[in-house]
Amino acid sequence: MRRLELGHINITDIQFGSESKIENGVLYVDEEAVKAIVLEDERIKDCKLDIAKPGESVRITPVKDVIEPRVKVEGRGGIFPGVISKVDTVGEGKTYALKGMAVVTAGKIVGFQEGIIDMTGPGADYTPFSKLNNLVVVCEPVEGIKQHDYEPAVRFAGFRVAVYLGELARELTPDKVEVFETYGIMEGAEKLPGLPRVAYVQMLQSQGLLHDTYVYGVDAKKTLSTIMTPTEIMDGAIVSGNCVSACDKNPTYVHLNNGVVHDLFEEHGKTINFVCQIITNENVYLADKQRSSDWTAKLCRLLDLDGIVLSQEGFGNPDTDLIMNCKKIEAEGVKTVIITDEYAGRDGKSQSLADADVAADAVITGGNANQVIVLPKLDKVIGTLDYVNTIAGGNEHSLREDGTIEVEIQAITGATNETGFGYLSAR
Amino acid sequence: MIKVVHYINQFFAQIGGEEMAHIPAERHDGEVKGPGAAFKAAFKDEAEIISTIVCGDSYFNEHLEEAKSTILAWVKELNPDVFIAGPAFNAGRYGVACGTIADAVQEELGIPAVTGMYVENPGADMFKNKVYTVPTKNSAAGARDAVSKMAPLALKLAKKEAIGASCQDNYMPNGTRVNFFEEKRGSRRAVDMLLKKLADKPFVTEYPMPDFDRVAPNPAVKDISKATIAIVTSGGIVPKGNPDHIESSNASHYGEYDITGVTDLTEATYETAHGGYDPVYANEDSDRVIPVDVLRDMEKEGIIGKLHNKFYTTVGNGTAVASSKAFAEEFSQKLLADGVDAVILTST
Repeated sequence: MRRLELGHINITDIQFGSESKIENGVLYVDEEAVKAIVLEDERIKDCKLDIAKPGESVRITPVKDVIEPRVKVEGRGGIFPGVISKVDTVGEGKTYALKGMAVVTAGKIVGFQEGIIDMTGPGADYTPFSKLNNLVVVCEPVEGIKQHDYEPAVRFAGFRVAVYLGELARELTPDKVEVFETYGIMEGAEKLPGLPRVAYVQMLQSQGLLHDTYVYGVDAKKTLSTIMTPTEIMDGAIVSGNCVSACDKNPTYVHLNNGVVHDLFEEHGKTINFVCQIITNENVYLADKQRSSDWTAKLCRLLDLDGIVLSQEGFGNPDTDLIMNCKKIEAEGVKTVIITDEYAGRDGKSQSLADADVAADAVITGGNANQVIVLPKLDKVIGTLDYVNTIAGGNEHSLREDGTIEVEIQAITGATNETGFGYLSAR
Repeated sequence: MIKVVHYINQFFAQIGGEEMAHIPAERHDGEVKGPGAAFKAAFKDEAEIISTIVCGDSYFNEHLEEAKSTILAWVKELNPDVFIAGPAFNAGRYGVACGTIADAVQEELGIPAVTGMYVENPGADMFKNKVYTVPTKNSAAGARDAVSKMAPLALKLAKKEAIGASCQDNYMPNGTRVNFFEEKRGSRRAVDMLLKKLADKPFVTEYPMPDFDRVAPNPAVKDISKATIAIVTSGGIVPKGNPDHIESSNASHYGEYDITGVTDLTEATYETAHGGYDPVYANEDSDRVIPVDVLRDMEKEGIIGKLHNKFYTTVGNGTAVASSKAFAEEFSQKLLADGVDAVILTST
């Protein structure tokens, strides 16, 4: 049996202070110390820190990643293995997470595929991150650097800051402890006889060209479909390296708190045997798509699964991976529910996916990403509005003279998340 | 107070059954008939039925234009805030009449309309994408349930309030996807759906897959050197000038063109009618879309038996699958009658 205790350290407020510490649920941040951590990377010229709280008239854009700070208190390895910590298998022992807050990295990278987080107003309803106290790290690149060199600099800076803040909780007593237990294949079958064997198949964005995800530090597009203990993600085994449409990319926060994993654990031992997590990629070449989906289906069969939940990341090209996976896994007799989102046009009248199959008879949707929303002018912008017109979901008329913004919800970070992280849907 | 005009057939107006289906349209101002009473109760003091229009099902369908124009003139004069037709349950002609008149009231008078019927009523497939159609039971036993869903939807339409997703405002999915916030997050809904699927219990997918009508290819032609090959395309290749005016998008018909003696399609003789792709290369040389030149060579060399002297063409751009199917069903019979052995089907 593998067991992970996840301790919640509730953060109710963030303030800048002379010393970084957590006291009575308040995170005090030593601005200079955090800046020094960000500027360790010579590719980052400068950075500014800011704090955005729920309900404030604040807009954060362009958002790259959202990260929940965590610390490994007991057990093998450390947070973000193969990325920040040394490579070691994680997912056992004791981990503390700073709940109710996140580190948000912002600033221009690609420009058109970074998102918007509004802390109030109608836009706030569409992003899960408006409910958090956010420490925003706005980075600025050194001159002349190429985007693919700069993206990892900001990616790593966010992780370093998150790990630094997570460390502040090491000696604290958690406000709440969740326990996650998983079994070996034989052990589970013996302990939970008669319960349907279920896995979570997660498709990781790996189209390349800044559409990437990393597993223990390995670029997911260079991986074969494989098996993980579902608790590994809780220690940061999977991280985002994406500059994909903001609405349906999985920020690192979503990987750490994957909803499917948590909700399958809720049923584990009661109505199902949650056997494992299977990860697979979304490469652009047909041969890769065929190989990866063959492997997921094969693993589902090998593990004698009865059912799976299959989640997607991104849209269009990955729709073909989604349907291939679904078709092949269903063909193995494994009942499948897929989670996706839709691009049904601004009028909602177009076909929502780029591929379809009768095997996909159980679909959860995160909603139509083309829906247009008008975001009000907010008092403060953290980052810059320079890219609102070119962001995916925006157009040349998005930023209007009165300061309001008309965009598709595609531009809002997490709006139509395809791991089922949010509440949005469509019919 | 919101003004409602209600349309029902002779049966629900208690005039009679099939034997009275021939009666022309009647207008009963200030009267509430049949299910109108239930609507009246459901509206409380928010709305009133100012007139009930009754028409025999046979009359409506057999004198369509006359019935439509009479009723439209009445509704125009009455100028209600919303028009309600039915519910029609599983009565086929009644369902079609409800859909037809509700659609006409919306389109021609700009007055919002709602109807209700059983999902398998032919009127549902015909009109659910045009008129908000509440799914009902298949008999009048479901009247109370039908009215309880149609009435609030009618009030919302009358008040010009935003209409929610089909599952929220109880209408049949109408091809327009509408976003809304669920009570449970997506991952929890996925787990719940999986539990039902595992237990072989019914569940409702949130996005029904569009029907992809996949057709298995026929076995290979045994001896191609003796076969008559025809060309069919959705790439829109037509004789110069598009003589049959095939639409550039959402085509309503196909063309049949004789290519007896034609060995090459040139810029002067053929072009594409298709509006969905850059036509420059197809117009320069339509053989790029339908390879008449190469097939003539193969015919001469004896690789194929014969190129059929007619080709069939339409525009695939935005054309409804139902139209494409109807075109193909018709010209396939012609191809068979002409002794064609195989078809090369090109798209763009």
